[in-house]
This record gives sequence, C-alpha cells and structure tokens, in this order.
Amino acid sequence: MVILEIDKISKSFASVVANKEISFSLNQGEILALLGENGAGKTTLMNILFGQYSADSGQIKAWGKILPANSTDAALKVGIGMVHQHFTLAENMTVLENVMLGTQSLFSLRSDTRAARAKITRICQTMGLSIAVDSYVSDLAIGERQRVEILKALYRDAKILILDEPTAVLTPQEVEGLFEMLRNMQKSGLSVIIISHKLDEILAISQSIVVLRQGEQVAKISTSSVDRGELAELIVGKKVLQPITHQLPPGEPVLHLKDVNLFKDSKGKYQLKNINLILHERQIIGIAGVSGNGQRELAEVISGILKINSGSFEILQRDCRSLSIKQLRKLKVARIPEDRHSAGIVGDMSVWENLMLEDLGADPCWSWGFWIKRAAAKTRAEQLIKKFDIRCANMQMPAKLLSGGNIQKLILARNFQLEPKLVLANQPVRGLDEGAISFVHQQLIDAKAGGSGVLLISEDLDELLRLCDYVQVMHNGELSKAYPREALTPKLLGILMSGGQLDTTDTPQILSSGSQINAV
Amino acid sequence: MQFEAREHTPLAFLLVVPLIAVLCSMLFASLLIMWAGQSPLQGFALIFEGAFGSTFAITETLAKTTPLIFTGLAAAIAFKAKFWNIGGEGQLYCGALAITWLGTGMIDLPPWLMIPFLIMVGMIAGATILMLPVFLKTQLKVDEVVTTLLLNFIILLFVGYCLEGPLKDPMSMGWPQAAPIIDNGIFPQLIERSRLHIGLIFALLAAVITWAIFRFTLWGFEIRAQGLNATAARHAGIKPNWTILKVALLSGGLAGLAGVSEVAGLKGYLTLDISPGYGYTGIAVAMLANLHPLGVILSALFLASIFVGADFMGRSIGVPNFIADIMVATSVLCILIGLLLCKYRIRFNPRLSKTSSVNREVS
Repeated sequence: MVILEIDKISKSFASVVANKEISFSLNQGEILALLGENGAGKTTLMNILFGQYSADSGQIKAWGKILPANSTDAALKVGIGMVHQHFTLAENMTVLENVMLGTQSLFSLRSDTRAARAKITRICQTMGLSIAVDSYVSDLAIGERQRVEILKALYRDAKILILDEPTAVLTPQEVEGLFEMLRNMQKSGLSVIIISHKLDEILAISQSIVVLRQGEQVAKISTSSVDRGELAELIVGKKVLQPITHQLPPGEPVLHLKDVNLFKDSKGKYQLKNINLILHERQIIGIAGVSGNGQRELAEVISGILKINSGSFEILQRDCRSLSIKQLRKLKVARIPEDRHSAGIVGDMSVWENLMLEDLGADPCWSWGFWIKRAAAKTRAEQLIKKFDIRCANMQMPAKLLSGGNIQKLILARNFQLEPKLVLANQPVRGLDEGAISFVHQQLIDAKAGGSGVLLISEDLDELLRLCDYVQVMHNGELSKAYPREALTPKLLGILMSGGQLDTTDTPQILSSGSQINAV
Repeated sequence: MQFEAREHTPLAFLLVVPLIAVLCSMLFASLLIMWAGQSPLQGFALIFEGAFGSTFAITETLAKTTPLIFTGLAAAIAFKAKFWNIGGEGQLYCGALAITWLGTGMIDLPPWLMIPFLIMVGMIAGATILMLPVFLKTQLKVDEVVTTLLLNFIILLFVGYCLEGPLKDPMSMGWPQAAPIIDNGIFPQLIERSRLHIGLIFALLAAVITWAIFRFTLWGFEIRAQGLNATAARHAGIKPNWTILKVALLSGGLAGLAGVSEVAGLKGYLTLDISPGYGYTGIAVAMLANLHPLGVILSALFLASIFVGADFMGRSIGVPNFIADIMVATSVLCILIGLLLCKYRIRFNPRLSKTSSVNREVS
C-alpha cells in the first residue's frame, strides 16, 4: 500500500538547484534508501518532507491527503518522524523525560509519566527496542542515544521514520544492531526512509533505492536489481577510479610519540593516555576511532596547538614538546585540519591571502620582513591555483565561496608547496564528492611516494584500509598498537573502536569484546 | 520572510548603502524638524550652511573632524580584530592628562622636538591604560566591553580630581582647568585666526598609515585574520594574545592622540569638557565607515558637519541641536541594516513565489 507520495518536488536556494522535480512513493513496511553524494539534495528533500523548508513547486501526499507545506506540526501529526544526523537530546534529562519533552500541553499541571512509561514499554516490546528508560542521556553511548531519538519519533506515533545518515557515528557492530532493529520495525508495519552514502549498508538494509545527483533524481530502482558498482556509477555519474597505493620501503622515523600524556585539567583527567606511535618516511599510518575519542587532541598536539603534559614528542628526531605552531611548521609539517571551514581558511579573506595564511612571515616568497610582497605573492598564488587545480573565478574572491572540494585543494596547495616531511591529515575527505576524494587521496599517496610520512586520522574504515600501511585505533584517549593493513577487516576495527582487544597472533581473533565499553 | 545569503555582493551596493543610510537619517530628522515647527528643507539648508557655508564654518567642521578621525581609527582597528574597545573616551583623556602633566613646564624642548614628544607621550598613555583590560581579557578572560567601558568613568573622575587638585592652574580663577601647554608644544594653526590646527594633517596621516598597515604588513594581515576567523588564525600559528596586544597598542595610542590633539591643538589646556564624547562617537564613525581606515576620514567629516551644522541650525531657528545626535544614531542604524542587506537578501513569503522565482534565480 502506498502511504507517501512525493510528486515533482523542486527547491532552489538562490541560483543553486537543490531538488528538481523529484517524484517517488513509499509503501507501508518498506525501507527506502535515498542515496547521493554530499550536496545532491537528500537532506533538503527530507527537510521539505518534514516541513522545515517549503518546496518551490510540487506536493507531498501522505495517505492520499496533501501535506501542508512548511509545517513540522502537520508532518508530525500525520505520522512522519525524523531522526537528524546530529542528535537533539537534552543530556541532563532521563530518557523518559526526553521522550515526553514537547508532547505535553504547556498548561497542563500534571505530567502523566505512568501512561508515558506504559506506552514506551509497549513500543519497545513490539519494535524490539531495548533501552533503560530512567538513565540519563549523558550516560548513554552514541548508539543508545540514537535509539532514544527513534523512540521519540515512535512515541509520537510515527508511521514513517526518516533517518538522516544514521550510521555515520556508529561502529560496525552498532550498525548491525540498528539494522536488526529496523527490520523488526519493518515487520510491524513501519516504513523507513534512510539517507546515506554508504553503499554496502544500503544494499544490506533497503528494498528500494532512489538516487539523487546534483538535485535530480537519476534512478528509482529495487535493491535486488543492482550491484555495488552500478550504484556507485549512478551516484557519481561516471566510473570511479580509486587511487592505488603500494607498500614502499620505510625510511627514517618522521614522527615519534612515546608515552605521551595529555590532561584535561589539574584533576588529571586524561585526554590522551600513554600514546605510542612511530611513523616512518614513505609510510601512511591510519588512526581509526569513533569521533571524540582523542583524535582531535592528538592532531592538536602534533600541530603544536596543545602542549603535552608528559612523554616525548619528536619530529625528525628533534624534540618538539615546546615548539610553537610556526616553529613546527618550519620542520615541514603539513596539516589538513578536521574542520576545513573553521580551522582551514579565513572565509572572508581572498583565495590568494588564504594561500599564504600559514607561512606568511616564515616563507620569504610571501613577505619581505614585515612587508607583504603583494605582487610576488599573487604570482605565487596563481601558480599554486593552477598546479592544484583550484577552481575559482579569480583569486580575489572570498575563499568561503569555493566549493568544499576546492577549499580542500586550497589547503592542500598551501601545505604541499613546502614539500612536507610529515603530513597530518585529519578527516581529509569528509563531506567531499568522489572526484575530490580521489584527488586528495592521490595527493596523500604521492606525498608518501615522495618520502613523507603521512598520519591519516579518519572515521571512514574503507578509506583507512585502502590507503594505510598500518592502522592504530583510538579509544577513550588510548591508542592501540599498530596493526598491518592486511591483518584487519572493518569488523575487527569495529571491535577495537569500541574498546575490545584482538589476539596478537598472525590470525587475528577476538579475545575480549564481551565488556563492550562504549565510547561517549 | 526568509534571509538568504548572497554569494556576491554587487560593488554598487557597498557604495550606495552609506548614501541611502544618510538619506534615511535625513528623512527621520526632517520629521523631527517638522515636529519642532520648522521646514525641513530650511533646516537642512541651515545645517549645510553651518557646516560648509563660510571659511569659518569649514574650519570649524574640520577642527571637529580631527578628533573623530583619531577615535574612529581607534575603534576601527580594534573592531577589525573583534577586540571591542569601548574605552576610547577614557584613553583620550589619558593622553590629554599625560601631556598636561609633562607639557605644562616640566619638560621644555624646541618645537620640532616638543610636538613629537607630546604625541608620543599621549599615545603611550592611551595605550598603557588599555593594557589593563588586555591583561584581564587575555589572562582571566574578562570581557573587554565591560572593562573598557567602566574604565572610562574611572579615568574621567580621576581627571576631575586632578583638575581640582594637583594639576589645577593657580591662575584659573577657580575654574577647574589645568595650566596651559607651553608655547613650544602648541600645534601650529593651519589657517590664521581659525581653530584649525596641524592635528588634522596628523589625523589624515594616521588614517593612511593605518590603511597601509592593514594592506601591506604582516600585522595587518594577522589582525584581519584573527578578526575574521579566530580558529583558523590560531591554527595557522597566529598567537591570539599577541594580536590583541598589538591591536590594543595601536587602538589605545590613536585614542590618546585624539586627546593630545584637542589639548595641544585646539584648546591649549586641559578641562573636563575637552571631549563631548568623541570616544563614543568614534565607534559610530568606525561603523559608518564599515571599519575601513580611509572611510573613517569621510564618515568623521560627515558626522562633524552634522554636529557643527546642527548647532548653527539650533542657534538660527531654535530647533534643538540634539537632532544631530539623532541623525548620527539613525545613520549608524541604517548603515548596519544596509550592510546586513549587502550580505543577505530577504525573500518574502517564498510559497507564493513558486516557479517564477526559480526561473528568476537561474536567469
């Protein structure tokens, strides 16, 4: 039975067409996947469906009736529930309170917790959810918080559940749990729209797939009729070539961290605990982990932003514990920051000024003492723009107007012009499209071939397993030993990411993952 | 109603916005002039006449422009780095107080040394007093808006104390004023028998130098980077506390210079009313100029002409000269709204626009 019809929805922001005449329908008990690259218009479409934006044209019918545009209330009322990528929970409240939040009348003096509790129990039983209703949200792991979000939607009698990138923050094991739950819900008649760009997961869970590309609907197919390759081609619009990497003989150690500790405050709460890491020339070492387990701190230590409390930190056999950011930079450390918009560029400055942002004052090609060599700097910037193929109307335009991929190219240009010895890449391809991803990966591989050591921090396990020679896993501020790529699978990485241990023999086996201490 | 970010701001917008802001403020002021029972056209004619109608009027306007350029630059530099120095008024009086202390006979140098000496002393004094808020901000994270603002009152009361006590001129017949600056330290006049002095040249120089600092030097780049995106600046190794310190030195120094120019240039001696709030008006000057150092010259001239002209209008037809303050306030408000519209466009009721708006956007 068709319960939701999306009929020729179009929406544009200024001159950017986010959605162009998109039409598909959803059956009861169906899991439909909405696929596309970043910026393909998936989230916009779902925000229109949920009443947060209004479409420029087209309409949405739920159970045969037209859904009023731009009304979240109306969407909630007919039974559309949305779980956003970033959770919207009050951490200092219990699960029960969070679920009830906003469902009661503002003027009612009593709150009927007993009825609410009964309803939650009923939902949990029929849907196969397990959750401790009275625990505080701040004590819950990420996967559990997601369950609370889903429960919130179900409590409001959602019959269509929209999940925006639900697996982005989960370990592979948690993803399994989520999918099992979704299958249970499906059996009890719930329909799900799941937004993602992870192909394997989509193929595993969905029955039909809608593919968006640059705002247009390029395919509506049933999952059983496609394979991974075809799907990737549909998403990108062309065959995707993945850069290949070869093992090279490692050279001298470039980066050496020994027993590094970093405390949050004087109480001695660890942010980094006993970190050991050796990175050699012509090597890529990956740091895996669920975000928030100390990767950011590790990156900031190596960039010189944070100073370690104990241990040794050497780059090219030189003690770097007390060096400033600029001094570290002189040791030829290239840094690709995690958040390229806020840490990588000054958006309101021009492209050419952003190209000299990090080395102004240190590199004589930009300035002569105190004075900026404007003419020479612009010539230099023009060369870099050409060499790294930064697509911009002109170098005077503010850097914030560049696309994500071009911003990343700008940052790469700035960093790779100094022929770095050490490359620190923190989530270098997050949010980029396939073309930009392979460009960035190729640059990292070239850097490795050119003799640098590359430290790649990523949450994307495929990326790590494809590029890295060794992978180390971060969990709760601690870093595992280095595992060679050949010995790892996404599943084994998942165990390490949630705090489990692997056997150390050649055939890796699970030793102790029973405790499953989840990272918060 | 929705706000949408513009990708490109047409250059014409940036030029037209200040003009429209000025027109709006005139429109608002004309309502008030009508309320006072006079014709707005006559009022504006009188304002213009009062500001530019004679050599005397022009020199008066330029004399008033001088301190506004200094305090406007002081605010513009600080605001560029998002260091909210609201203490221009206090720093101005600090500069004035310091040269009164050293320049009324304690030190005597030939004029070609004395004037630069006084300028230096005033700048150092203005910058020094700003070090306290800088210290509190960088070391203890105390908000500089509060500290710089409140410091104004402390300094003003201290100046009042000095004028009634240790620095009081025994020849002043009881008026709370300090002894005059010695002749070697007095700024030469630019035009005979006018109040226009060489301070204007210094102010114009200061604006050009500030502009050059922002455009051509490392300091300017770092200050701009920090103001526009502190996270990226920090990541690039620009030390936030050092940048604030540099900004404070420049900003406080320029505000102190305003005090020097008023005492050594205009009045000759320190009183408690050398500044009718130039420090605060400097903020309006900077905003009106969109923090551009050369724009500060124009906006200072504009505000000075309004003040001087409104005084003249008040004397001629009895409309209160508070209208000047209202015009300044409305023009600053209009400029802020105008700049917002430069960055965003407003779309009314997007549901009605439907497909036609899509086509318009694409074409």
